[in-house]
Amino acid sequence: MAINFNNALGIHEQALILRTRRTTVLANNIANANTPGYKARDIDFQALLTQAGDSQRRSVDMARTHQRHLSGVSSSLADELLFRVPTQPSVDGNTVDEQIENAAFARNAIEHQASFQFLNSKFTGLMKALRGE
Amino acid sequence: MSLMQIFDIAGTGMSAQSLRLNTTASNMANANSASSSADQTYRARHPVFAPMFNDAMADVFAGPESVSTGVRVLGVVEDARPLQPRYEPGHPLANEEGYVYYPNVDIVEEMTNMISSSRSFQLNVEVMTAARTMMQRVLTLGQQ
Repeated sequence: MAINFNNALGIHEQALILRTRRTTVLANNIANANTPGYKARDIDFQALLTQAGDSQRRSVDMARTHQRHLSGVSSSLADELLFRVPTQPSVDGNTVDEQIENAAFARNAIEHQASFQFLNSKFTGLMKALRGE
Repeated sequence: MSLMQIFDIAGTGMSAQSLRLNTTASNMANANSASSSADQTYRARHPVFAPMFNDAMADVFAGPESVSTGVRVLGVVEDARPLQPRYEPGHPLANEEGYVYYPNVDIVEEMTNMISSSRSFQLNVEVMTAARTMMQRVLTLGQQ
């Protein structure tokens, strides 16, 4: 029986990648907390993870017009980014709420740690199985 | 690597906020710098922020769909509000009519700017610290 990394690691690999991308988006919101006209962004984690888990495929796959083309995945987040619904929009058009962004960032950091923990124990389990101890 | 990008993003945020704190300090220090003519009087300065984009084209078509990577300072503008002429004939810098011009610095506004920018700076530092911890953790993947 061959070891298949996709089967062994499960959803945690995708989850960790998505958590990392979300960290970037939230850091960007916090950096632009005082930029006039800036709109706070975020990604729908659940929807993206379901997408990734369903077919191992993203919505932003590149079109393949030739059978020998490699299947590429766009690294841009542009299609997946949504706008946050502002609770207290300010007069300069900025919709970043520093408290909300900070809370989301802290939560995302913990969830990132959780995903990492799961992924790491998968690897530890694999190594234990290989050693046969 | 996405996590590496966070250092750049938080870095631009910290740099922008420290520039804002710099202008605030300059405004407060010059709040009472009197002058005999309106042209030579200090005017309050304010930085203008804008999102920074990854490629030059996104900057031209800065639509709602483009993703920014940090913040940049477009420039520092002078406050357009009128100066404060005060009638002080005894002042050594008073002009022929006895008027001295004072800067258009609003101390209360500068104080709120100061608190807001130091708070934002602090948040960016926290983001950077968290990103560092996350990276260090990811580097231990697969270790016993």
